[in-house]
Amino acid sequence: MNLSSTPRYEAFRQEIRAFLRTHGHRSATAPTAQRPPAGALAWQRLLLEHGYAGRTVPREYGGYGAAPDVMEAYLITEEFTRAGAAPPLGNQGISMLVPTLLELGTEAQRREWIAPTLRGEVLWCQGYSEPGAGSDLAALQTRATEDGEDFLVNGQKIWTSTAHVADMIFCLVRTEPGAAKHAGISYLLFSMQTPGIAVRPLQTMTGHAEFNEVFFTDVRVPQQQIVGGRGEGWKVANATLKHERGSLGNAAVTTQRYQELVELMQAETVDGTRLIDLPVLRDRLMRLQGQVLAQKCHGLRLLTAAAAGEDLGLAALVVKLQGCELRHQLAGLAIDALGELGLLMHGSPHLRAQAIWQERYMFDLGLIIGGGTAQIQKNIIAERGLDMPREPRLAA
Amino acid sequence: MEFALSPDQRALQDSVRRSLERACPLDRVRAVAATEEPLDRAVWQTLCEIGVPALLVPEAHGGLGLSLLDAALVAEELGRHVAPVPFLGSAVLAPLALREAGSASQQAEWLPRLARGDCIAGVAMAERVAGARDGAGVQADAGRLNGSALFVLDAAQADVFIVADRDGGLHLVAADAPGLQRTALRSIDATRPLGALVFENVPAQALPGVTPATLARLRSAAWALLAADTLGAGWAMIDQAVAYAKERRQFGRVIGSFQAVKHLCAEMAAGLEPGRALVWYAAHAFDALPGEAELLSAHAKAHLSETGTFVARTATEVHGGMGITDLLGLHFWFKRIGFNRQVLGGPERLRQHAAQLQDFEARKETT
Repeated sequence: MNLSSTPRYEAFRQEIRAFLRTHGHRSATAPTAQRPPAGALAWQRLLLEHGYAGRTVPREYGGYGAAPDVMEAYLITEEFTRAGAAPPLGNQGISMLVPTLLELGTEAQRREWIAPTLRGEVLWCQGYSEPGAGSDLAALQTRATEDGEDFLVNGQKIWTSTAHVADMIFCLVRTEPGAAKHAGISYLLFSMQTPGIAVRPLQTMTGHAEFNEVFFTDVRVPQQQIVGGRGEGWKVANATLKHERGSLGNAAVTTQRYQELVELMQAETVDGTRLIDLPVLRDRLMRLQGQVLAQKCHGLRLLTAAAAGEDLGLAALVVKLQGCELRHQLAGLAIDALGELGLLMHGSPHLRAQAIWQERYMFDLGLIIGGGTAQIQKNIIAERGLDMPREPRLAA
Repeated sequence: MEFALSPDQRALQDSVRRSLERACPLDRVRAVAATEEPLDRAVWQTLCEIGVPALLVPEAHGGLGLSLLDAALVAEELGRHVAPVPFLGSAVLAPLALREAGSASQQAEWLPRLARGDCIAGVAMAERVAGARDGAGVQADAGRLNGSALFVLDAAQADVFIVADRDGGLHLVAADAPGLQRTALRSIDATRPLGALVFENVPAQALPGVTPATLARLRSAAWALLAADTLGAGWAMIDQAVAYAKERRQFGRVIGSFQAVKHLCAEMAAGLEPGRALVWYAAHAFDALPGEAELLSAHAKAHLSETGTFVARTATEVHGGMGITDLLGLHFWFKRIGFNRQVLGGPERLRQHAAQLQDFEARKETT
């Protein structure tokens, strides 16, 4: 155990701090599920130029070309969080499609899509889930049938978070109807402006339309817009999911939320007593602090292992389950501590913090479900982490 | 930054684990539990040979001069094997007390003997750490102790005691000192018996270097190591539950293929494993970041107690009816985790302590 930075990383940390001191005032956060405004695009370009976005993407594709280094990535996140600076864009195109194209795309696909995606100019949505294919993603039914040089895509996707603003979609479709379930899928890229696409907003319990349903009717897609080969879509999708799961359960955000909760409980009173001085609420807060600390230390342990190229197996598999649950509990305590104030929503007198805790409590429940439900996570932990047997498959 | 064990630390943990696998199978634990002799001399001897009681004794006094993190790795293995040995009091708290507050002659007299395992030291500090029950408490006056101490660690075989008085002082008391009366307290955990002491004008030697921080140091160390013990005991229970679920068949399938069972196992692992890093960090802080050690240790013990308790009941449940039998012996781990939870402060008390340490009066960063 040595928690001090080596001189090299300490120098890198100072470099980030100097950058943020000089340029931090230009920081602009892109609202989620919307097209980034001009300020956020300018900030992203600046981050790309200095290697705080697209850091490990090769230069010929518009990245910074640095060697992968988990410690550097960690320091960037930590320093940006500490300074309250807007983080690099982290939309689905950047976090999922770019690494997938780097791993499995053709040279032409990389050259066409990676740079504008990194700059935030081309927005992507992910066409995976369907009404009948959620946890059982490979049961998807959207089909792409050959029609000359093209495919004709027909079917429906759901939980497509940025479909209403996206320029492009990376989409799983069934191209080989006779093939086995997992072998009949292909991974297609196409424009959301293509005729035959209808997008319907899907309003959730928060009152916002964070997701969409997308309907395809004879959508014409050139066959060469496939990533990987025909029938290899499942393999490509798993590469993408690997990148998605890696991005969830970040201890920096959880630590930040805990901090906000402490401040809330110090600032708010009931009967003139600060919430943090009420023993029962404080005990719950301390219990969560113990979990936050465990998760933070666990993250550092995983980081060290990743830097050494070591796979910790089970220890890495528990992160999504634990991280999402903890965030949900933090929001739950905030609402309980606020009592009736925790019921108020936008537009109400006495509203606290723009109803952020109420929204988090509902939105974070979605995170427990999305990206592999808690139940699927438990299967993964048990089967891959503890070597337990799979549920026997039903005879087809 | 390197948040990981060193190769030496991994080797130490492996060596303790291998020794215990040989020397401390469940049969031995069972045999010890069945007697009134709550210490397995053979197991203790094996651990003495590989230097376990010498871990925290400085090299100048014949010890290994290692860190609390090293001791935590050993504690994890002792918990994993429910080892009936006097570790926390005799090999951890007594050497630390002498190291931090003993006079040169006290150190020279006791540390080499403790390091060799030639003598066993009991530690009486429950009243000062977890609160006084049944009016217990020790008063020191002019080199004499009066009063009583409950929940004394490693009391049964102790040749000497380290005793905390009501004012935060620490004293060395010979087990055969006149006026000292020792009674065994039978606890759920037969692998680590507790004792009670009554003092009637008992001659004692004060440790002269005690400061207000000394007791805080000792309780931090104890909390971190009890958390480590629970980590090991908890993983032993998960491993047994998983192994059982992969063998036991019902409805024509191994029960581990039912999600109802599999998910319980996943929940145990997901709950317990992140605590490992917290235990490491708390123990590391004791030596490297002393300003953070008390808060981290309080949280480590409270957190591991909560997740450990969940593991203890859930692993038992996965075993079905067999889980609650004596035949299987799973209860030794269940009880060990229960012991670790209450001794030297339960989770609620520790969290209250954690809150006080952070002084939420001031608005400041706490994590």
